[in-house]
Amino acid sequence: MDDRTGLPGMIARTARHLVPPDAKWWYVFGSATLCAFIVQVISGIALAFVYIPSASEAYSTIHFISEEAPFGHFLRGLHYYGASAMVLMVSLHMAQVFLFGSYKFPRELNWATGVLLLGFTLLMGFTGQLLRWDQNAVWSVVVAAEQTARVPFIGKWLAHLTLGGDTVGGATLTRFFAIHVFIMPALILAFVGLHLWLVLRHGVSEPPKPGKLVDPKTYRQEYQQLLEKTGRPFWPDAAWRDVIFCVGMIVVITVLAWLSGAPQLGKPPDPSLIAASPRPDWYLLWYFAVLALLPYGMEKYFMVFGPLLAGLLLIALPFISNRGERSPRRRPWAVAAVLMIAVMIATLWVAGAKSPWSPNFNAPPLSPSIVGATNGPVFIGAQLFHAKGCLNCHLIAGDGGRRGPDLTAVSDRLSKNQMTLKIANGAVNMPAYAAKLTPAEMDALLAFLQSRKIQRP
Amino acid sequence: MKEPSAEPSSTGYPASPAELSRRKFLARLSLAAGGVGALIVTLPVAGFILAPFFKRTQEVWRSVGKVESFKTGETVAVQYEDASPLPWAGVTARSAAWLRRVNAGTFIAFSINCTHLGCPVRWLAEANLFMCPCHGGVYYEDGTVAAGPPPLPLRRYPVRVKNGEVEIQTAPIPIIKK
Repeated sequence: MDDRTGLPGMIARTARHLVPPDAKWWYVFGSATLCAFIVQVISGIALAFVYIPSASEAYSTIHFISEEAPFGHFLRGLHYYGASAMVLMVSLHMAQVFLFGSYKFPRELNWATGVLLLGFTLLMGFTGQLLRWDQNAVWSVVVAAEQTARVPFIGKWLAHLTLGGDTVGGATLTRFFAIHVFIMPALILAFVGLHLWLVLRHGVSEPPKPGKLVDPKTYRQEYQQLLEKTGRPFWPDAAWRDVIFCVGMIVVITVLAWLSGAPQLGKPPDPSLIAASPRPDWYLLWYFAVLALLPYGMEKYFMVFGPLLAGLLLIALPFISNRGERSPRRRPWAVAAVLMIAVMIATLWVAGAKSPWSPNFNAPPLSPSIVGATNGPVFIGAQLFHAKGCLNCHLIAGDGGRRGPDLTAVSDRLSKNQMTLKIANGAVNMPAYAAKLTPAEMDALLAFLQSRKIQRP
Repeated sequence: MKEPSAEPSSTGYPASPAELSRRKFLARLSLAAGGVGALIVTLPVAGFILAPFFKRTQEVWRSVGKVESFKTGETVAVQYEDASPLPWAGVTARSAAWLRRVNAGTFIAFSINCTHLGCPVRWLAEANLFMCPCHGGVYYEDGTVAAGPPPLPLRRYPVRVKNGEVEIQTAPIPIIKK
């Protein structure tokens, strides 16, 4: 075989290439990402045996996979948690490479291809969410089209391309299916190949030591000497950790898939069903929060330039600084940047999960125990508070929405005149109710709000 | 006199100028032929994928119900079919609008898409407001922005009454560039 194909020898040489001896558990996230991708390919191919990428059939096939097909519920769960693992691992891999300064000379292109792979992974996540083709998917496409429309000059064309026409319809799903199943996996495979080739070409970076600087003039020679002196064959001396970690990750994914299965399928993909609240999957919830929390007027710039700038900045990083200190102990700003980004994303993620900016359309009328009256102006005011949509945005004793201020004890901080002004004139996030309330209704509403105070013993 | 090339010829000796020129020609020929081959395949493929996006869908009038089925002053959701749905579109071919009967013969139709990010706005009948579930955009009953992030009023669709039927003109999803 070796004589005819050359493969066994090449595989053996590749597997046994030398790596630095102390590259330990920190180095497993890259291979774990690849492992999660392989899980995705396998589970994705299995799902494709049943899934029909047609706007009229996709929803029912997903329903069939989830409810009737043997192992279907598990398989969808596996694909979902596999995607989640891939996003998590690629993020951890990137953070580790950044903290260890492994992106510096001569591995600048390893980093750049890795950044592209991160982008591809997120795009796979988003397009995969759309293939569920439920109500959430349909409205997510509309939101995506509205965002792409903000791109200068070609925005409208991009939005058209996203929708697959003027509206969501027959051509929309098939576009995303082709992107998710053919184009993106092909790109990921190509770039994973290039990424791995670059890893072999430049070697696995040695763990950084404080004070050991990267000098492009001497680095290659020093690295070669290190390998000759203390290098270990990748297989099995280093690879066993990758294998153990990958298997552990697969076990976690599998257990989660068995226990909780795939995300609940929403209502059918009928754009005329208006009661919808589109939300992205968890890995893009933080971005959803960003768009909600940005000051009005800024978001249009952020939608276009935010992801573009972030991508360019990440790709440019090793070309801005590719030498010098690698150790995180001597690069406090690098550690601070990673921590800051992690805290920022976590905070935005929590905000995205709670979505306090979204009105609560399901808020029931306030109970008599909260209102404290069963007739009279306070009671009527409480009914108006619900009927006029106030409760959609304001909390009263834990009931209602969170978009506006909590009014549980509003009377303790606002006078009757101040309340009247607020209600009549509105604010940035509140409509003006002057023309929407009769004087009697305004009086009742004020009576109710004036009764909202902390009960002191 | 020209220096003999270091490139080997087919005989193993350094290539002659004639051989080099032939090689250059063959390399260019191969590249050009490859390019032509790629174009022959790529152009129709690109056309197949992209051409539909340059085609404007014709707008048509769709009936949403008889005039008498709408009460004056009420705002209701109406459903209708897109202008030219693909045969496999299924329920995705459906669209909706908020329709209000202003008086005996006058109707107003609002797009259901919030001008912020396109989410479907809901009508709060008792508050006379449209409210968006995504980021809390609010519109007054005439579609003007009341609160929140929407940059523009709700888009209106042309409505007419014909043969006792209320008809809405189909339209693309309003794509806001602002």
